[in-house]
Amino acid sequence: MKMKADRHKHRFFRVVSNRKVAAKTWELALEGDTSDFTAPGQFVNIAVAGKYLRRPISVCDISGSRLTLLYDVVGEGTEVMSEMKPGDTADVLTGLGNGFNLAVKTEKPLLVGGGIGCAPLLMLARSLCREGKRPVVVLGFNTAADVVLKKEFEDMGLDVYVSTADGSEGTRGFVTDAIAEKNPDFDYFYTCGPLPMLRALCERLAQPGELSLESRMACGFGICMCCVLETRSGLKGICKAGPVFPKDELIWK
Amino acid sequence: MEMRDTSVSLSGVRLDNPVIPASGCFGFGYVMSEYYDLDILGSISIKGTTLSPRAGNPLPRVAECPDGLINSVGLQNPGVHKVVSEELPKLRKVFHKPVVANISGFSVDEYVEACRVIDGAEEVGIIELNVSCPNVHGGGMSFGTQPESVAEVVKAVKEVVTKPLYVKLTPNVTDIVKIACAAEDAGADGLCLINTLLGMRIDTKTRRPVVANKVGGFSGPAIFPVAVRMIWQVASAVNIPVIGCGGVSTADNVIEMMMAGATAVEVGSANLVNPYACKDIIEALPSRMEKLGIASLSDIIGAALPR
Ligand SMILES: Cc1cc2nc3c(=O)[nH]c(=O)nc-3n(C[C@H](O)[C@H](O)[C@H](O)COP(=O)(O)OP(=O)(O)OC[C@H]3O[C@@H](n4cnc5c(N)ncnc54)[C@H](O)[C@@H]3O)c2cc1C
Ligand SMILES: Cc1cc2nc3c(=O)[nH]c(=O)nc-3n(C[C@H](O)[C@H](O)[C@H](O)COP(=O)(O)O)c2cc1C
Ligand code: FES
Repeated sequence: MKMKADRHKHRFFRVVSNRKVAAKTWELALEGDTSDFTAPGQFVNIAVAGKYLRRPISVCDISGSRLTLLYDVVGEGTEVMSEMKPGDTADVLTGLGNGFNLAVKTEKPLLVGGGIGCAPLLMLARSLCREGKRPVVVLGFNTAADVVLKKEFEDMGLDVYVSTADGSEGTRGFVTDAIAEKNPDFDYFYTCGPLPMLRALCERLAQPGELSLESRMACGFGICMCCVLETRSGLKGICKAGPVFPKDELIWK
Repeated sequence: MEMRDTSVSLSGVRLDNPVIPASGCFGFGYVMSEYYDLDILGSISIKGTTLSPRAGNPLPRVAECPDGLINSVGLQNPGVHKVVSEELPKLRKVFHKPVVANISGFSVDEYVEACRVIDGAEEVGIIELNVSCPNVHGGGMSFGTQPESVAEVVKAVKEVVTKPLYVKLTPNVTDIVKIACAAEDAGADGLCLINTLLGMRIDTKTRRPVVANKVGGFSGPAIFPVAVRMIWQVASAVNIPVIGCGGVSTADNVIEMMMAGATAVEVGSANLVNPYACKDIIEALPSRMEKLGIASLSDIIGAALPR
C-alpha cells in the first residue's frame, strides 16, 4: 500500500485575465490543469491573499486548460480576488463537489439561474448541447446592470429569458414570473441561485429537478462538517455530497 | 542527508513521526486518502464520537477570523456503534496504524459506555477523552473546567478501558495546571492540549453573530502561542506524556511545541485550508531537524522546560 500515487486536487493556476463584466461581477480566467473536473456544477476553493479560509466559487466554464470563474464582489475576500493580476498564481483546490447530474433522463431541460447562480449553468448548457439537447435558459437579476452571461447563452443558439426585480430588462419580477410569462416547455429543471428562489421554484414547478446549494464552508472537501444539510436520506455535506441535490431530497423548513 | 529519527512513543504506542491530524479536522480519515498516502502519518485522531448519533448545530457553523476560524459543528457524528462498525473499517482500508479515538459525552455514564465500546475496536491505539468541546450547551465544557469533574470521568472511564487514556483539555479555564494534575491523579495515561478557545464573530452588516450557535471554538495559527504556553506549563507539572495541539502549521511549529514539552503534535485547522498540511510538515521535518542539529526528535521533548 505504500507509495500510492497522490491524486492531486490542489493545483496552481496562472491568472490569464480578471475583468469586471457587470456592476458587481468579475470574470477570472485561469490557465492550468483542469483534469480533476468531471461535471458542470463542481466548484473550486480558491485561496485569497491575507484570508485564512479559501473561497468556494463555482466553475463557470472550462475549455481545455482554461478555467473561467464568475464572481460577485461581496466582501473582503472577493475584493482581494478582484485585485488578482494576469500572471499571478492562483492556489486552488480543484474538482470539488458532485456537480449536476447529466445522466438524468430529460429531453427538454430548463436552466434557471438567479444572480451569480447563473455561473455554473453555462458549462452545464454546453454539456447538454453536446448531448444534442436544447435547454431553455431563464436568468434572474435585480437590475439590468447586473445581467451576466445572457449573450454567452444566446451565442449557443438557446432561448434565453431574463427577469429583473426592477423591470429594467426582460420580465419585471423574479425568475418564477418569467417562467409564468414565457411558459417554456420542459420536463426537468437545473437551478442555482439564492435560497428563496430555489424554494419558490421547488414549490411552483411540478417537474422534477435539481438544485445547487450554498453554505459557508471551511474545507470544501468533506472533512470539517461545517456545511452539513439535513436531507431525506440523512445528513449530507454540501461540499462533498453536493452542492447539487435532487429536488425531492430537500427538506424545506 | 543522514537519517533523522522522527519516531516518538505515546504510552507504548510507537509513532513513526509525531504528526497526528487533530479531531474534527480530518473527518474519519478515509476522505483524505484521495489526497495522499495516509500511512505517512504518525496517527490520526478521528472526529469526536459520542455514544448516540448527533446531528450537530444549525448552519452557519463557521466564521472566518484573522489567522484562524471559529467553528460550531456541535459534535456531529454517527454515534460510537456506527463509528466502530462502519467508519473505522473504512479507515482501516487506507490507514494501517493505531488510531486515536476522540470521545465526547454529556454524562459520566455516556463517556464510560462510549469508551467501553471504542476500546473494543482493534483499530484504536489510544483513547482521547474530549472534556473540552465548547460547542454544546451543557456539554463537555462543564467536565473540562472543574478538576473534580475531570477526575470523576477519568476514574470511571479508566475502570472499563484497556487502552491508554489521554485527556484532551480545554484552554477555557483559569488554571490549566490544576485540571491537568487532576487528570493525572485520576489515572490518565496522558494529556492532549489545547482544544479550541471560545470565540465569537458578529456580522456588522446584519448585526448578528455569524455562526447560528452564536459562539464557537476558535482555532488556527492565531492560537499557537496560547497552546505553547499551556503545554509548557502543564508539561512542567505532570509526569505523563502530553500531545500538543493548537495552531500548528509548519515543521518548525511541531519542533517548538515538542520543546515546550509535547511528545506528539496534532494538526487541526491547517488541514482545512491545505489538505496536504500534515504531509508537507512530515516531509519538512528532517531538513528542519538537520538545520537545528536535532538527530532524534524524542531528544527535544521538553527541551525548553525549566530544569
Ligand atoms: C459551492 C459554492 C459555489 C459558489 N459559487 C460562487 C460563484 O460562482 N460566484 C460567486 O460570486 N460566488 C459563489 N459562491 C459564494 C462565494 O463563496 C461567496 O460570495 C464568497 O465566499 C464571499 O467571500 P467574501 O470574502 O467576499 O465575503 P465575506 O462575507 O467577507 O466572507 C466571510 C466568510 O463567509 C463566507 N461566505 C460569505 N458569503 C458566502 C456565501 N454566499 N456562500 C458561501 N460562503 C460565503 C466566505 O467564504 C468567508 O469565509 C459560492 C458558494 C458556494 C458554497
Ligand atoms: C471544524 C473543527 C471541528 C473540531 N471537532 C473536534 C472534535 O470533535 N473533538 C475535539 O476534541 N476537538 C475538535 N476540534 C478541535 C481540534 O481538534 C483542535 O483541538 C483545535 O482546533 C486546535 O487546533 P488547531 O488550531 O490546529 O485547529 C475541532 C476543530 C475544528 C476546527
Ligand atoms: S466545508 Fe468542510 S465538510 Fe464541507
